[in-house]
Amino acid sequence: MRWQQTKDWIEHRLPIFSFLDKELNKYPAPKNLNYMWNFGSLAGIILMIMIATGIFLAMHYTPHVDHAFNSVERIMRDVNYGWLIRYIHTNGASMFFIVVYLHIFRGLYYGSYKAPRELLWIMGVVILFLMMGTAFMGYVLPWGQMSFWGATVITNLFSAIPVIGDDIVTLLWGGFSVDNPTLNRFFVLHYLFPFLIVGLAGLHVIALHVHGSNNPTGVEKKTKKDTVPFHPYYTVKDLFGLGVFLIVFALFIFYAPNYLGHPDNYIPANPLVTPAHIVPEWYFLPFYAVLRAITFDIGIPFTDIVLIEAKFGGVLAMGGAVGILALLPWLDTHPVKSARYRPTFRKFFWFFVIDALVLGWVGGKPAEGVYIYIGQAATAYYFFHFLILLPYLSRNEQAMPLPASIDDAVQARKKYGAKK
Amino acid sequence: MRSILSIVLFSVFFSFSALAAGGNIHLPEKEWSFDGFLGSFDRASAQRGLQVYKEVCAACHGLDLVSYRNLEILGFNENEIKAIAAEYTVVDGPNDEGEMFERPAKPADRFSNPFTNEQAARAANNGAYPPDLSLMTEARPNGANYVYALLTGYKDAPKDVKMMDGMYYNEYFPGHQIAMASPLSDDLVEYADGTEATVDQMAQDVVNFLSWAAEPNLEDRKKMGLKVLIFLAFFTIIFYLMKKRIWSDLH
Repeated sequence: MRWQQTKDWIEHRLPIFSFLDKELNKYPAPKNLNYMWNFGSLAGIILMIMIATGIFLAMHYTPHVDHAFNSVERIMRDVNYGWLIRYIHTNGASMFFIVVYLHIFRGLYYGSYKAPRELLWIMGVVILFLMMGTAFMGYVLPWGQMSFWGATVITNLFSAIPVIGDDIVTLLWGGFSVDNPTLNRFFVLHYLFPFLIVGLAGLHVIALHVHGSNNPTGVEKKTKKDTVPFHPYYTVKDLFGLGVFLIVFALFIFYAPNYLGHPDNYIPANPLVTPAHIVPEWYFLPFYAVLRAITFDIGIPFTDIVLIEAKFGGVLAMGGAVGILALLPWLDTHPVKSARYRPTFRKFFWFFVIDALVLGWVGGKPAEGVYIYIGQAATAYYFFHFLILLPYLSRNEQAMPLPASIDDAVQARKKYGAKK
Repeated sequence: MRSILSIVLFSVFFSFSALAAGGNIHLPEKEWSFDGFLGSFDRASAQRGLQVYKEVCAACHGLDLVSYRNLEILGFNENEIKAIAAEYTVVDGPNDEGEMFERPAKPADRFSNPFTNEQAARAANNGAYPPDLSLMTEARPNGANYVYALLTGYKDAPKDVKMMDGMYYNEYFPGHQIAMASPLSDDLVEYADGTEATVDQMAQDVVNFLSWAAEPNLEDRKKMGLKVLIFLAFFTIIFYLMKKRIWSDLH
């Protein structure tokens, strides 16, 4: 009784309990969500893990070129469970990208970016940009060889921007080369960005809860028969997914903690020695391949007029490869959302997945010989998929008949399963 | 959808592992006691490795990230560690008179570095800089096998290879020309435990020692990992059964 009174008192002033009840307990979710819908909540959980471990690492880390490398090794050797916290954090970055990439491919397959979820989708793209910035700057902090040279290569890209490029680079560096001021500002921004991501993820969830999750049929929910309350149906399903995910995560943390990293980053940064191959972390490889695919100046044909130099072209292509996702709701305007009822789109979706994997593979290879051509072909196909194929299919693809409702689709599947 | 998902995951990992392996030199794969889910350090071998490090490697290579007190994990007791540390002198200070002074090393000190700075190291080694060994087995792809291969990989240069002045031919060093002369030869050290000090034996012992130096917490990590996995597997099964049960009224 006391508890009820306290609850009422709080509720009257801050409706937190009715809010939680509405958004977490009763929140109606389509009853046909498959396991691909686990990755959103997983991404949120990893974000929390990254922030928690990151805060503890920051307590022991020294952002100074003379001390950064050794302070990380101190965490590994002398701080209680420092090795555990750091391995969670470094491998957590990789896990975050795996989960978010799967989350994005889920959206691409089931048309989750279409009306009325365009803003939800665009905020997701902004989160992806922020994640990439955060991960890049985080990789610089241990101040190993790959940290230093990765930072040098990537920050130099901004110099390709016409007119203001060099000034931007100076601003990024806080000087005239990657040095102590660079490390300091990267540390500050690496600490700041995750909280911006938290804010955006909050908006992402608010926008999600307006119309609720998309679902494998792509047909919006209509009656109560189409949905189940989020709790306990999806809380328990997410818990199971979390368990499976944590097992994979733990295998990396405890048995292959450096597998996804680069050995060169255990060598202290040395501005006088360039590593044989400067490669970014695996999750940047597809975009790195796009960057390197533009090896030619773009100008007016048959004249010497160069409009876009090769380097700037690469930067534009790389940024565009991510940014183009934000335009997706207006590139794919086909009325049917889910690839399940769009056989041609479905085929090309898998081509696109293969294309993205090829880009990732080429990104890890030296930019020479046949790899250049494979990278260029894969880059061309990447943009072809978005800019030509999707608009074309939007107008010309004959979709299969849609189920009348989510419930209908579920019943039909049940019958089909029973026959089998 | 699910099987395709796993294919996607695996190809991502494998394309990366191909990249991480790098290089074209094939390293012989040896089995190490610290490999695997229950791996641990071979303490006798690592202790011999310490002896080789002290008597051979330490003439040129530092071990800056390791303290004498860390040797406890390798099975040395407090007095032994004090004695090992006391073999070295370190510069401390300034004292109350403002002077730097020398004193015997204590367990809390880092391993004594043979050179005071990089320039001194280069001056003593024909311009080459002997790298610090604290992280050597982590800082090279396939590090443990690489260090073993390097230590046992000295050969006469093939006829068609033109060696630069002061360089030695090594099968496994990138570019094959290394400034370090073959550091090991049979019976170079006399092991306290009577083990025959062949080049192969010493190389193995050094790898065991350096693998410990690179990651002294490796045993804790693997032991904890097993507990965590058992815990997670148990709860994941519980969650799965709960999921089945809760969803059963819908299906």
